[in-house]
Amino acid sequence: MKIIVAIKQVPGPDAQVRIDATGKWIEESDLQFALNESDAYALEEALQLKEKHGGEVIVVSAGPERVGTTIREALAKGADRAIQIACDDLGTRDALGVSRLLAAAIKTENPDLILTGLQSEDLGLGQTGVIVAELLGLPHATLILHVEVLDGAGTQAQIKVKRELEEGWFQTIELPTPAVLTIQSGGNKLRYATLMGIKRAKTKEVRQLTAAELGVDSAPVVLLEQVSMPQRKKSTQMLPGNAQEAATALVEKLKFEVRVL
Amino acid sequence: MSGILVVQEAGRKRISFEALAFGRRLAELTGLAVETAAVGDPNETIFVETSGPPIPTSHAVRHSLLEKYTSDGYVLAFEQLIRKLEPSYVVFPHTYQSRDYVPRLATRFGQVLISDITGIEAGPIFIRQLVQGKLTGAYRHQGDGPCFLSIQAGAFPADPPQAGKTIILTFQPEIAPSDIRTRPSEPFRGGSQTVDLGSAQLIVSVGRGIKDAANIPIVQELATALGAELAASRPICDNGWLPMERQVGSSGQTVSPKLYLAIGISGAIQHLVGMKGSQCVVAINKDPDAPIFEVADYGIAGDLFEVVPALTAAVKAAKQ
Repeated sequence: MKIIVAIKQVPGPDAQVRIDATGKWIEESDLQFALNESDAYALEEALQLKEKHGGEVIVVSAGPERVGTTIREALAKGADRAIQIACDDLGTRDALGVSRLLAAAIKTENPDLILTGLQSEDLGLGQTGVIVAELLGLPHATLILHVEVLDGAGTQAQIKVKRELEEGWFQTIELPTPAVLTIQSGGNKLRYATLMGIKRAKTKEVRQLTAAELGVDSAPVVLLEQVSMPQRKKSTQMLPGNAQEAATALVEKLKFEVRVL
Repeated sequence: MSGILVVQEAGRKRISFEALAFGRRLAELTGLAVETAAVGDPNETIFVETSGPPIPTSHAVRHSLLEKYTSDGYVLAFEQLIRKLEPSYVVFPHTYQSRDYVPRLATRFGQVLISDITGIEAGPIFIRQLVQGKLTGAYRHQGDGPCFLSIQAGAFPADPPQAGKTIILTFQPEIAPSDIRTRPSEPFRGGSQTVDLGSAQLIVSVGRGIKDAANIPIVQELATALGAELAASRPICDNGWLPMERQVGSSGQTVSPKLYLAIGISGAIQHLVGMKGSQCVVAINKDPDAPIFEVADYGIAGDLFEVVPALTAAVKAAKQ
């Protein structure tokens, strides 16, 4: 089974974000970047499928040069090779523009499965996988926790996936391959890269592509015009002092104002 | 039509009516008229019950292949309805269902869904959260073709119903069985849901700031001292540090306790939608800019590993 995992490099969970001079995105110069969390689960599911059924896991990622570190991380965890789409204008492309890049790169590989995280932690649009499916004319399923490969002959469906619904409900979906699945976090336990894995990653193939080579234009239909710090809706009363003082002040509030003690 | 088409979801009445309230705001800004549409029989409650002044026209999308939700079926049905009505805007409630098929539907029109909208301004400019709620983004649609929008739960209060009449038109799309490539099962409950956080009066909830499973007892002790239920944000349950049934948020339980004490939770929107009905929110977080403070009544910007043990001791002392 040939599996492509589309991954994204995003600001790390503890990153202190500041707005850049254009007012349209965040200052990236001193930011820590990480592999998008649900993409990490997509990669894990792909690696486990490969371990069970054999085949190949290829990661693909679009973005500026820094994306290379996240690609190496995925290779160190066990992906076989990678495709890096160099593009410095990720921020001005909308979800369709980015998906067109990914779809064009994926198409030449003819994979059986395409996995990606359900949404990115920076833009949070939650659409890339679904758009890629449409661009490639493939069926898709979203919010998937597990993938099971069906071996029954005579049935059209080749995989059965467990999909998360709202408020603790689930369903299974059977679908033919090739297919695109967006993976929800929490379905597996994530592995760490081993020292051997990190060593091996250095020799694995990373194919470099550019947007121009893929022949994909970037005229967006949706523009992110401005970013700003969120406005507080409630007037939050901050309790000052050291831990002891703040804790004492809070207990007073809980006792006499919230009346829960 | 060149108006605003608001798609309603049977079984998700509240958020559907919130999307309708957004549709009316958009109508005020653009001068366009609102119509609604939903998959189902005209007798279904989503058509019978209304919110706000009655919408003159509603479209009941009916087909035997739409009885079970599939993305292929819904994309085909709404593609045909939109091509017929030619709306300028198509509005959806932001649900697990809409996020499954609307990006695909929008792509069919060369468009991009602006998802998870929490605000609207003149322009129209659409407001949504970025970077887990640490930033707010202002989006604009440009060019021809319908603009696709989905609306976050709780952002636009639903209007109370008013008497009046809506004309319901039946729309029968053309769908062949071979168009549907996926075979979904009936929904089922995952595991035994033994913890009912929905009725809890006091909740202590823990997030990524706790850093390690070995630190969970720190918050457990506070919960015990308060007589509160222990809950968590998604990453904690994903890591297996607390069971999934203790998760609060869009993929977990929705809670409305008297006190919600959020510890080391940054406050991504997926978490906030599950707890913003709480009467009093207290947040403890080392980052004074964490979005959780936007919804908190009381906040302590400090190291939870110092604040929480001090708080546990103070609660015990106060209860004696």
